[in-house]
Amino acid sequence: MDQARRTELTEIARRVRVGIIEEVFSAKSGHPGGSLSIADILTYLYFEEMHIDPKKPDDPERDRFVLSKGHCAPGLYSVLAQRGYLPVEDLKGFRHTDSYLQGHPDMKHTPGVDMSSGSLGQGVSVSAGMALAAKMDGSPRRVYAIMGDGESEEGQVWEAAMFAGHHHLDNLCWILDLNGLQIDGALEDVVDPRPHDAKFRAFGWNVLEVNAHDFDELETAFAAARAAKGKPTVIIAHSVKGKGVSFMENNVSWHGKAPNAEQYEIAMKDLGER
Amino acid sequence: MAETMATREAYGKALAEFGAKYENLVVLDADLAEATKTGTFKKAFPDRFFDCGIAENNMICVAVGLALSGKIPFASSFAMFAAGRSYEQVRNAVGYPHVNVKIGATHAGITVGEDGATHQCCEDIALMRTIPGMTIINPADGVEARLAVEAAILTQGPCYLRFGRMAVPTLFGSDYRFEIGRGVKLADGTDVTLVATGIEVEQALLAKELLAAENISAAVVNIHTIKPIDADLLTAEAQRTGAIVTCEEHTVIGGLGGAVAECLAERCPVPVLRVGVMDTFGRSGPAKELVSYFGLDAAAIAAKAKAAVALKK
Repeated sequence: MDQARRTELTEIARRVRVGIIEEVFSAKSGHPGGSLSIADILTYLYFEEMHIDPKKPDDPERDRFVLSKGHCAPGLYSVLAQRGYLPVEDLKGFRHTDSYLQGHPDMKHTPGVDMSSGSLGQGVSVSAGMALAAKMDGSPRRVYAIMGDGESEEGQVWEAAMFAGHHHLDNLCWILDLNGLQIDGALEDVVDPRPHDAKFRAFGWNVLEVNAHDFDELETAFAAARAAKGKPTVIIAHSVKGKGVSFMENNVSWHGKAPNAEQYEIAMKDLGER
Repeated sequence: MAETMATREAYGKALAEFGAKYENLVVLDADLAEATKTGTFKKAFPDRFFDCGIAENNMICVAVGLALSGKIPFASSFAMFAAGRSYEQVRNAVGYPHVNVKIGATHAGITVGEDGATHQCCEDIALMRTIPGMTIINPADGVEARLAVEAAILTQGPCYLRFGRMAVPTLFGSDYRFEIGRGVKLADGTDVTLVATGIEVEQALLAKELLAAENISAAVVNIHTIKPIDADLLTAEAQRTGAIVTCEEHTVIGGLGGAVAECLAERCPVPVLRVGVMDTFGRSGPAKELVSYFGLDAAAIAAKAKAAVALKK
């Protein structure tokens, strides 16, 4: 990736993060930590990787995206806004009664949202069904899903992994956001779902590992995923929960909480808005 | 002796028949294709059949992904697992986004027989009724099951189809008309209306004969679609006969009996007595014996009908 493009993507990801903070601050609730940890991945997917057109959000031949960790809707809405699916100013309506931006993604009322999600484990299964349909159609469309590390404790994730491996769905790519924290604490203090690499390999998957905040590594990994034949790919993305906002980084208490006015100002300063 | 066929048998045959007509039709199963009869479709269209293994929750959501990509998926398992185990998948991934997924649930009710309580789902209609936008169809015989499958294919949105394991007499002829949401008046009567669904339609028709011998005139209505229910027909019957008996192979809580009682309490309060599984679990036994054991046979319906008539003012 050339320096100019890297700089552009970095700036877009910064604006995505600003949107995330605007959303949860306006809503006085929501999930900033996991949204910030996937902001760079979402930026790469929506601005580099996926074959999509904001003017044709229902194009049957578009690539599909499922946010299986649906509580990180602030991240999804913010990248959709940056990509032109919805007005940036609508982000402030997040979680408000009179807004279409629901606490978890609602495909019926939000342009660009391919699947309603939020109940963990279900989105990845849906993505497998979408990938299977593309195979049946002989279509080149690809399917992407972002899942959480805590989410990988759900049994259904492994039902879906078994299914996708069995059917050799090489048009399917999951990104596992490995930020190491879930609501009740560190993965190792809850029920540790790791190691993910050996588990996915056992189910017939191609496994890649990246720094979730490095666009060059993301570029290499997504290219490798596209090149992998006969196997679905999981990209284990090592991330920092709360990335970009000093007091939220690696702090589990910011999984599902909004900043107050003072904290909001610090966050905006951290993100270069002040 | 009338021809008999289990509704699950008709379901499998209908899938194979309509597979030729509707090329987007795909069928999923969870290692029960032999029992649910989706194996009939698998034989005819192996490229459009996917066995998901014993993983029903994934199957329901894979069906969602297929439907969002233009397919018309029928996801099949026993009612216990399709509606019970996967309730939350059906609620959140099918119901909430109103996806065009059809759930073909077989082995519903106590006529599963010898396998017993763990596999006798008498709660599925109640569960599915709570999901906004869900259509629920419970066919009475093979003819109705076939028509229900095609109606579900042609109707956009989530649909739960309930089929049985036990062979039942074919009640309807080739001229039988089926429309989702429209009840069918099968027999006229003036003293009481027997409102039945699924295999209980046959029992209600037999009960009408028993009641006639005691000079009680019973009408019989087939409610194949439990949601949306035919409120106008139910109201008209309540106004006309003034007494209702609901008949279902399902718990009396939240199923047909619940739906009819809710409807008539608001629109035309009359005595509504419920024949069904009385808030209990099933048990092992030959299916036909269990119909009597659980008080679902014609004699039990006739007894409830007399009680309903006695309650009329």
